[in-house]
Amino acid sequence: MLSDQIQANIERELKKYPADQRQSAVMAALRFVQDEKGWIAPEDMADIAAYIGMPQMAVFEVATFYHMYKLKPMGEYTLTVCTNLSCQLSGVNETLLHLKNKLGIGLGEITADGKFGLREGECMGACVDAPMFTINNKKLCGRLTGEKIDQILAELSAGGQGGKQ
Amino acid sequence: MINIEIDGKRIETENGTTVIEAAHKAGISIPHFCYHKKLSIAANCRMCLVQVEKAPKPLPACATPVTEGMKVFTASEQAVKAQKGVMEFLLVNHPLDCPICDQGGECMLQDMSVGYGGGASRYHEEKRTVLSKDIGPLVSAEEMSRCINCTRCVRFGAEIAGQMEMGQAFRGEHAEIMTFVSGTVNSELSGNMIDLCPVGALTSKPFRYKARSWELSRRRSISAHDSLGTSLAVQTKNNHVLRVLPIENEDINECWLSDKDRFAYEGLNSAERLTKPMIKQDGKWQEVEWQVALEYAANGLRHIANGAGAEQIGALATANSTLEELYLLQKLMRGIGSDNVDFRLRQSDFSADDKQQGTPWLGMPIADISRLDSVLIVGSFLRKDHPLLAARIRQAVKKGAQANIIHSVDDDLLMKVANKTIVAPDALVAALSQVAQALDAEKNGKAQTASAGAVAIAKSLSCGGCVAVLLGNFAQQHPQAAQLQALAQQIAALSNGKFGFIGEAANSVGGYLAHATPGTKGLNAASMLATPRKAYVLLNVEAELDTANPQQAIAAMQSADLVIAMSAYKHHATSYADVLLPIAPFTETSGTFVSTEGRVQSFKGAVKPLGEARPAWKVLRVLGNLLKISGFDQDTSEAVRDEALKGVDVAAKLSNTISAIDTNAVSAAGGLQRVSDVPIYATDAVVRRSAPLQATVDAATPQAWLHSEELKKLGVQVGATVKVSQGQGSVSIAAAADDKLPRGVVRVAAGHAATAALGAMFGTITVERA
Repeated sequence: MLSDQIQANIERELKKYPADQRQSAVMAALRFVQDEKGWIAPEDMADIAAYIGMPQMAVFEVATFYHMYKLKPMGEYTLTVCTNLSCQLSGVNETLLHLKNKLGIGLGEITADGKFGLREGECMGACVDAPMFTINNKKLCGRLTGEKIDQILAELSAGGQGGKQ
Repeated sequence: MINIEIDGKRIETENGTTVIEAAHKAGISIPHFCYHKKLSIAANCRMCLVQVEKAPKPLPACATPVTEGMKVFTASEQAVKAQKGVMEFLLVNHPLDCPICDQGGECMLQDMSVGYGGGASRYHEEKRTVLSKDIGPLVSAEEMSRCINCTRCVRFGAEIAGQMEMGQAFRGEHAEIMTFVSGTVNSELSGNMIDLCPVGALTSKPFRYKARSWELSRRRSISAHDSLGTSLAVQTKNNHVLRVLPIENEDINECWLSDKDRFAYEGLNSAERLTKPMIKQDGKWQEVEWQVALEYAANGLRHIANGAGAEQIGALATANSTLEELYLLQKLMRGIGSDNVDFRLRQSDFSADDKQQGTPWLGMPIADISRLDSVLIVGSFLRKDHPLLAARIRQAVKKGAQANIIHSVDDDLLMKVANKTIVAPDALVAALSQVAQALDAEKNGKAQTASAGAVAIAKSLSCGGCVAVLLGNFAQQHPQAAQLQALAQQIAALSNGKFGFIGEAANSVGGYLAHATPGTKGLNAASMLATPRKAYVLLNVEAELDTANPQQAIAAMQSADLVIAMSAYKHHATSYADVLLPIAPFTETSGTFVSTEGRVQSFKGAVKPLGEARPAWKVLRVLGNLLKISGFDQDTSEAVRDEALKGVDVAAKLSNTISAIDTNAVSAAGGLQRVSDVPIYATDAVVRRSAPLQATVDAATPQAWLHSEELKKLGVQVGATVKVSQGQGSVSIAAAADDKLPRGVVRVAAGHAATAALGAMFGTITVERA
C-alpha cells in the first residue's frame, strides 16, 4: 500500500497534468516511493499502477529505464560513483578502489550493517568537480580524495544528514 | 489526394498516409520489421530507411508522411547503404541459430538478411544473451536473445488485445522484452504475438520443434469454435494437424486469430479420441465393426419407433456441427417420423420459436461493427465468448464509439465502457425495458421516469449515428430470452439502429437453415430432456457439459432405453450410451458453417479421419439407408449442402424480427441466483481436450464467485470450500469474491466437469459452508 504521504504527493503531482494523462505522474510517483522506502519493490510499482490507472508493465518499463531508480535495497546511504569520461580522467578508479576497500563491498552491493551501498552512475553534469559521487541521488560530493571520502563516510556513520531528506 | 513518386513511379495517394503505406499500395516493397499496418508506428527498427529527395539523411518510410511532389528512392545508393547498415546492426546481437530455430523458413529477419544484408558480419565480439522467460503455456519466449526489440508484441498487447502484458524493460543494450514480475501472458489473443514476432523470439509452445515450416501442407478451413467464421490455415504433416494460423480476411478476422482457434487443434489427437465403433453389451463396452454398430443403431431406432412411437425418439446436436450433419440429422429424424430435433442445447426459453419467422443472426455484417457510433451489448461475456468481436468493438471504441453494457457480471472488457447497468439475471428484462422507456421519453419529449443509468444508455443510443443492440450468449440462454429479444428490437427501432444476436457457436445460424429445429409437433432441446424420451441420438453432444441443465440431461440419458452417441471422443457417454459411433471433428471432414453474419463458408477436410472415425454426414447417410428412408444417397458433402440450401436465399432468411410479446412478466426469484458463463476453453469437445489451452489461467477450475458482503453473510472466507447445490446435485468448489457482481447472485461456470453435477444455468442456487 502506498502511504498517505505518498498518495498526497502523487495527488499534488497529478494536478500538473490533464485528467486523461495521469501516467505523466509516474516518474514522480516512483521517486516518492524511493524517497520514503529507499528503493522500489515490484509491489510498489503495482500499487502505483493501480493508483494512477496504468498498466503495471508500463510502470516497470519506466522504473527500469532510469538508472536512478533503485530496484533493490541499496543501503541507508547509496553512494553513486560517476564512472564516465571526465571522472575516469580525474582518477575515479582510485576513488572507487578506496571506497571498495573502505566499505568492503563491490559495486551493486551493500555493507553488512545496511548502512552503505555502492553503485556506478552516469555523468552528473558537474565535471569540473570530478571525480565525484552522489549520496542517495540528492547530495553531490566532488573533488574526492582519500581523506575527503573518509571524512564523508565518518560523518554519515555518525548519523550525519548526508543525503537524507 | 496528393501526388508522389516512388522509384520513378508516379503514385496518387491520400493525404496523411505514410511513405510505406503508399509504397505497399503501389506494390513497391520496402523492408521493415517493426512496422505493422494494424499497429501504431514505432519506427525503432530503422529497416525501412529510404532516400527522400531534398532530405539530408535517409528517412524511415513507416513514420514519414507523404507530401505533395515527394520523390522517394527505395533502392538508391543512399537507401541501400542505410538498409545494409541497419541489417548489420540488427544482426550484431542476433544468434546464428537458424538451423534449430522454429522461425527458420518463415523468418522476416532471415528473408531481409538475404535480401538486404551483407554476406558476412564484421562483428567478432561477444553477443549479448537475454534470459529465457516462461510466459505461459501458449507462447514460448525461450530464446529471447533472438529478439530485435521491434516491440510489435508490446504494441499488440496494448492496442489490440487491450492489456499491456508485455513491455520493454531496461535500456539500451540491456533492453529486453518481458512481462511484469515474470507474469504470464493471459490475453485470449496472445497467440497473435507469435505471428507478429518477425524473428524466432516468440514462438508457439505447442508447435515447438514439431516440424519445419516448409514440410507442412496448408489447407483452408473455417473456425469451428466460435460464430465468427474465422478463416483458418490448417497446417498438416503426415496426416496430423500440427498448426493453425489465421488467413487474412479483413471482413471477418482481419489478420488475427483467437487463442481458442489457434490452439484447439491440440485436442484433435487426444488420447480420448474414439477411433472404433463401440457397443455396450451386458454392461461392457466392446469394439465392433461399423456395419455391426450401424445395424445395431438402426434396429434400435426402428424398434422404438415401431413400439413406443417415433415421438419417443429425440435428436440433439451441438451448434458447432456442420450444416450437412445438422441437415441429415433432422432429415433422418423426420424420416423416422419424429419432429424432435434441436441444436440449441444451452437455450432455456423457446417461446420465440413461433413468433419469429427468420433465422436469428448478428443483424449486420461483422465489418460494420467497426463503424458503430454507439452499441448496447446485452448479456455477453464478450471478451471470452467472442474474442475477436471484442477486439473489433475495442477498436471502434478507440475511434470514439460508445460501448454500453447491460449484464449480470462486470468483467473487465479492456475498453472504455460509456455506461453500464449490472443487475441480477431476473432484473435483466426490467433493466432493458427501462432503457426502452427512456428512449421513448427521449424521442417523444416526455418526462424521464427511467433510472439514471437507463437514461444515460438511452442518450448514448440516440446519438443519431450507427447504432446497434447486440444480444450475447448469456441473453440467448436467459430464461426470458424472448422478452430480451423483443425489448432489443424495440430499443433498436427507437434508436434507428440494428439489433442482433452474437451467435454462440460456429453454426448457430446454420442450424436454423438446416431445419435442425423442432417443427410445430416436435419438442425442443429443453422439453426433450425435461420429458425424457425412450431414445436419443446425440451428435457431438456431451450431455453434462453442452446442455442448459446437466442434471436433467444426464437423468434423461440414463433413463432412456437407447442412446446413440455420435462423437469424436470417448467421453462420459460411456456411462449412459448404448452405441458410440466415432465421427470426425471439423479438420477431418468437409462441411459448411454459416457464421453469425450469415456467411456460408464450406471447407474441406485437412487430414484423413483418425482411426476408423468417419465424417458424421456419411454416418447419418448410412443410417438413413439402413432405415430405408429415401433421399439419403448423396455422394459428397457438397451435394448435402446444396440440397439443404436448395432454393434458400440465405440473406432473405436472416431476420431477428419477433412479433409482439408480453414483456411485463416478472419472475420473482428468492434466495441466491445463479449466473453462469461457459468458460472460454470449455465451449466444445475439441477445445476441452486441448492440453495447452487447459493449462491457461482462463481454464482454471470454476469457483463460486460472490459479492464479499454475500460471503460475509454466509460466514465464508475467500478461498474456503463451499457446497453449491441445485436440485439433487451439489459440488464443492472454492469461494471467491467479486465485488463487481450484483448482490444476490453466485457466479458458477457451466460446461465444466467440476460443476456438471449442478442444474440449470439460471435460477436459484444455494451456497453453504462445506
